[in-house]
Amino acid sequence: MNFTWTIVALVIVLGISWRFLGQYMVSVYQGRTKWASFLERPIYRIIGVDPEVEQSWQRYSAALIIFSGFAILITYLILRTQGYLPFNPQHLPNVTPALAWNTAVSFATNTNWQSYSGETTMSYLSQMGALTVQNFVSASVGIAVAVALIRGFTRKESRTIGNFWVDLTRGVVYILLPISAVAAVIFMAQGALETLAGPAHIHNVLNGISQNIPRGPVASQEAIKQLGTNGGGFFNANGADPFENPTGLTNFLSIALLLSIPVSLTYTFGKMVGSLREGVAILAVMTILFGAWLAIGVSAEHQANPAVTAAGVTHQPVGNMEGKEVRFGVPSSALYNIASTQTSTGSVNSANDSYNPMGGFATMTGMMLGEISPGGVGSGIYTMLLFAIIAVFLGGLMVGRTPEYLGKKIQAKEVKLAALGVLVMPIMVLILTAIAVSVHAGRVGPLNKGPHGFSEILYAFTSVTNNNGSAFAGINSNTAFYNIIETVGFLIGRFAIIIPTLGLAGTLAAKNVVSSSLGTFRTDKPIFVFLLLGVVLIIGALTFFPAVSLGPVVEQLSSGKFF
Amino acid sequence: MGLAYPLLETGIGQALFPYQSNGSLTKYGSTLVGQKWAGPKWFQGRPDAYNPMSTGGANLGPRSNTLVTEVRNQIAKLKNEGITPTPDLVTTSGSGVDPDISPADAYAQVNSVAKASNLPASVVSRLVKAHIRGPQLGFLGSPYINVLVLNEALAKLK
Repeated sequence: MNFTWTIVALVIVLGISWRFLGQYMVSVYQGRTKWASFLERPIYRIIGVDPEVEQSWQRYSAALIIFSGFAILITYLILRTQGYLPFNPQHLPNVTPALAWNTAVSFATNTNWQSYSGETTMSYLSQMGALTVQNFVSASVGIAVAVALIRGFTRKESRTIGNFWVDLTRGVVYILLPISAVAAVIFMAQGALETLAGPAHIHNVLNGISQNIPRGPVASQEAIKQLGTNGGGFFNANGADPFENPTGLTNFLSIALLLSIPVSLTYTFGKMVGSLREGVAILAVMTILFGAWLAIGVSAEHQANPAVTAAGVTHQPVGNMEGKEVRFGVPSSALYNIASTQTSTGSVNSANDSYNPMGGFATMTGMMLGEISPGGVGSGIYTMLLFAIIAVFLGGLMVGRTPEYLGKKIQAKEVKLAALGVLVMPIMVLILTAIAVSVHAGRVGPLNKGPHGFSEILYAFTSVTNNNGSAFAGINSNTAFYNIIETVGFLIGRFAIIIPTLGLAGTLAAKNVVSSSLGTFRTDKPIFVFLLLGVVLIIGALTFFPAVSLGPVVEQLSSGKFF
Repeated sequence: MGLAYPLLETGIGQALFPYQSNGSLTKYGSTLVGQKWAGPKWFQGRPDAYNPMSTGGANLGPRSNTLVTEVRNQIAKLKNEGITPTPDLVTTSGSGVDPDISPADAYAQVNSVAKASNLPASVVSRLVKAHIRGPQLGFLGSPYINVLVLNEALAKLK
């Protein structure tokens, strides 16, 4: 019953966000919101950009690549030199080259995969000046790409799709910073840390225990980590750590924050293309997928943990508590991890690795569908629109007519770009997994034996290529092999989808608008919702069925066996 | 530029919520970091590692032989102390420093704690009941008892 109310509250909060944040984002990206121009103007002056000048898709992409490269470089340099820099009360040494490279690329691509434990690796300067900054800008890059693609649909015979620097800056200044600033205060009030003081040493005379308690500026990072669907934890335990996620309320707030922008962007999309119903259709597909995966995850975790049963505790009334926190309980833990893997967040409030086989199946396959339900900030909706183009193409094939979407003729070039964007991820996941299981350096990674060990590897590459960042965390990935090969996944999973998407934005913007006729396949009707749903599920199932069979499916079926 | 936001938030935290922002520290530890309490004199938490400098779950899968063995050992340990094993008391958490137990976990320890501290079981049971917190706002999360706070109250009774 409590969980039902949690869902009801979530729907209400997201509904309000959808309507108002969605509308606000329209006016932010159309340049009508101006209240923070005192922050915005100096930024343009410093980077030397004329905010009135728009860019072609090639220039937009080039600016995005240059910016991301610069972000990786700065982050890498800060991590490599943190030992000489201030805000380092624990006197932590410089981060090693392979780990600094992995982390820099991971955070700049909105992945936030972490091969390290924050509490013993990162100085406060690295956390604030390098990682928190990337939490903001990588999220803003994602929204910028989505907005550029939407502009492609709305423009007529236009050579430009917006200005990358303006979209990037406005996303941070008008959307991410203000919401994070408020959310961080709520996190603090509930118990999240926010201090520059070093670890606290305590000694308890009652039980004779001494502890060194790590601290740091946690709440400020926590807010943007969720809002920007980043997901990198200040501490190793991430959202399970009571200093990051102290209460049931912060748990709820985290889930609401990480879903809010991806969900609201469907409103922004509908408004910008001139028909809210188009946005509702996309939101419907996202909601159906999210609901189905949530049902699988929650019902799986309500089952007893087989290992605990085998050991002798057969009565597990709430379900599988291994790897979960008492204050959250089973359903709120599963909701958090499902929301985090259906977006590109990847933070966890419970150990994915200890989920029941079908619970792990739900978090893993949620990412495998391409993180579109509702997906990461920006990346969710732009990936979904790639699927939508493939869906209208299939619809066109069925009725034998040139497909159209939102008034644009969808021709060979558009379908090719969309197919490229959709297929890059599964191909990379499968190739990288195949490499890792074929070499010794890859096979020594997993902690668990049997099919679960394979799941740890498959999950890792699914997560890094989808820029998610969650893990079956038993895997030891802080090795040269994993640190380097994962960055291939981060980079390709990010930019090999962004570039075709921006290319698509460019070709769509250049096209004329065709007026819809009686023969036009309507994309704001339930039939399109089901077609799009079918396309997403079929592509996901065809590419991943064999791999998933070897992991969670075989684990589920091997009842009574332990490895 | 990048430092302005976290430093501003740190200022707000230190001014408005100094207790929370600095780690919720009491005389005996942090209420947000679990500690190893040896039974039966004290209420014990979950069988976590309780190393706040190395947080995280045990990450053993649902079909792990190692997990079966560890849960078996924990069951034997609890039975030896006269405690009927509950699911939370034989499993580890996601943070590795879970500061809380469920009401059922606490009630399972009432008799052994009462006996070891020479207190009537009814008094200890009332103490447990008075320390149940959550779910927040009546529906967010699950009911829980903070082990440090409970043991601090128990110490006052002794």
